[in-house]
Amino acid sequence: MISLQSVSKAYGAVRALDAVSLTLPRGQITALIGASGSGKSTLLRLINRLVLPDSGQVLLKGQDISSLAPEALRRHMGYVIQSGGLFPHWTVARNIGTVPRLLGWSAGQIDARVDELLALLGLAPSVYRQRHPHQLSGGQQQRVGVARALAARPEILLMDEPFGALDPLTRSALQAALLRIQHHSGQTVVLVTHDIDEALHLAHHVVLLGHGRLLQAGPPAQLLRQPASPAVADFLGNAHTGLRLLALQTVADRLRPGPAAGAAASSANSANTAISASLNLRDALSLALARQVDQLPVVDPHGRPLGMLHLADLLRPAP
Amino acid sequence: MATAPALALAHPPPAPRWLHNPVLVLLLAVGAVVAGSAAFLSVAPNRLLSGQGLRLAQLQLGSTAGWAGWANVWPLTTVLLPTALLALAALLPQRRRGDALAALVAATLLAGLLALAGAQARQLAGGQGALTRVSLGAGFWCLATLAGLAASNALQRLRLGPVAHLLAQAALWLPVLLLLRSGALDALSLLQEFSNKQEVFGAACLRHGQIVLAALGPALLLGAPLGLAAARRPALARPVLALLGAVQTVPSIALFGLLIAPLAWAGSRWPGWGLQGIGLLPAAMALALYALLPIVHGVLAGLQQVPAAVLDAATGLGLSPRQRFYQVQLPLALPVWLSALRVTLVQTVGLAVVAALIGAGGLGALVFQGLASSALDLVLLGVLPVVALALALDNCLRALTRVASLAVRPDTQPAATP
Repeated sequence: MISLQSVSKAYGAVRALDAVSLTLPRGQITALIGASGSGKSTLLRLINRLVLPDSGQVLLKGQDISSLAPEALRRHMGYVIQSGGLFPHWTVARNIGTVPRLLGWSAGQIDARVDELLALLGLAPSVYRQRHPHQLSGGQQQRVGVARALAARPEILLMDEPFGALDPLTRSALQAALLRIQHHSGQTVVLVTHDIDEALHLAHHVVLLGHGRLLQAGPPAQLLRQPASPAVADFLGNAHTGLRLLALQTVADRLRPGPAAGAAASSANSANTAISASLNLRDALSLALARQVDQLPVVDPHGRPLGMLHLADLLRPAP
Repeated sequence: MATAPALALAHPPPAPRWLHNPVLVLLLAVGAVVAGSAAFLSVAPNRLLSGQGLRLAQLQLGSTAGWAGWANVWPLTTVLLPTALLALAALLPQRRRGDALAALVAATLLAGLLALAGAQARQLAGGQGALTRVSLGAGFWCLATLAGLAASNALQRLRLGPVAHLLAQAALWLPVLLLLRSGALDALSLLQEFSNKQEVFGAACLRHGQIVLAALGPALLLGAPLGLAAARRPALARPVLALLGAVQTVPSIALFGLLIAPLAWAGSRWPGWGLQGIGLLPAAMALALYALLPIVHGVLAGLQQVPAAVLDAATGLGLSPRQRFYQVQLPLALPVWLSALRVTLVQTVGLAVVAALIGAGGLGALVFQGLASSALDLVLLGVLPVVALALALDNCLRALTRVASLAVRPDTQPAATP
């Protein structure tokens, strides 16, 4: 879908990107990670021509994007930035309708799409449609920022540290919303983050950059299990590799089917409260350690028993 | 009481509970001192001799002689009664009612002071022949200023919308205009001077307006693109602002003088172009140079305070540079731009007075003529319209600025202090 061919970009004496070649898989979430100054934001901004390469090409469906009109290109790519970047003088509805209006949609179409997106991102349309950005919390502003990027149903969504400035609860809620939306729409998402856990949690494909060079690209588990160099292993945090690998899998992957012995009906966090099969294994391990047990009962979303999770099974190689 | 926290926020040092408008009380106290000590009117046997001061307490009130009789009794009530009511307004627990009352009463007081001065002048001048001059004293000007401040303070506290605020201000000046038109003030030396110079005065006002427009037109045409260019290329901003700042430090008379020689030379070199060293052209040029700094600075500041993230989002979403300018930068910068225009206008209207020194005419001509012949009334005749024009323009542009800011942030309250 998107591929970079030997792209270089320098700002004065600083090489932001140095001969990077890369293909971003279609219909998946790709996370660009790296320390600050690694070139990840520059790489993202090359895709919608906010930055022009000094050499090399950026191809979209095989076509060099330098041959496309920049405005037309950008209107077909959603763009979300860290601080929201909402237009302060426009209402939420007008902000979300920015690109559809540029594309000449009818007022009725735009209104319907705005309401649909507000509902999708968990903001009641009747309450928020006519608000102005300064009347919203940071999390709400970022929801509107995501809605604005999705408005014209772009095939590609570019996100530059979209959840970086949010508190942990708001951040995980928005991460869940992004996963849900991407799962339904099948959009290609390119996301810049400096948070490794966020990248591992959200992305199907991780691209690790260091000092403008491509260090390694691949599925999260591959980077964790087979780091291409000591630098990659260092960045991913040697000591945390095991836990991060666990975080990539859910309880369902290691479940022993059968009755959920000792599952309590109560929702209190007591020693034998059942856990959900969709919980990731790192959190399940943490719960087991906190409760000082080596087995956890597992139930489905309706509370029906599915089986047991045995801590000993976590030591087996991944299925 | 629901309004108590808001009041505490507007005035950081907490006032005693019974005191609802400390500013008004301060103005009243100053007014009382001025009324007791400074001359309200000054009476001179003729135009050239210096006059003798009359304090408020020395006025002959209650005389029913002639047409002015009623005014000598009634303006007293329109001075003392409003003052008493103002004191009451400062103590009223109902905030909005107190402020509305204070605004109305302060405006009445201003008109009352004028009417009293007019009636006294009629009485004092009437008996002693046409040469006697009764002019307004320092006490009058202080009291009138205090009344104006009280009115504007009370209006500010009312927190009206921008248009309502402007209309209310205009309405408060209405009684003064009516008094001027009615002839009740005609015996004051200022109005006698006006009737002597009526034609010159009209022409001077017109000329003043011409000078201001001739300076601001080119300054805006040059300054706005310069500001836009400086915003686009930060490397350009520093030298441009430094240069314009340097111009600003040249005293106005010196700048006028500096322009005489090159323009006179250019006029003799190219006679057909109407260039000359004195008159409207050098005046407009010098004023335009002074106006450039606030314009360029304002245009730049307006664009710089648009958040970078907003511009990045606008470009990234696919707005063209033109759409980005008109839909995002312009509306967000407009309040700052209008503010800069307000500062520039007021500055130019004031500085245009000095332009009379190089033969450009305008209200400054009256001022310098008055200074040369020690005729204070003639000086005032030149200065008062300049002050009135500057105040009117200031208030109109303040209202426009607030309209523009409200378009950006609809529920913002106007600031409690000017």
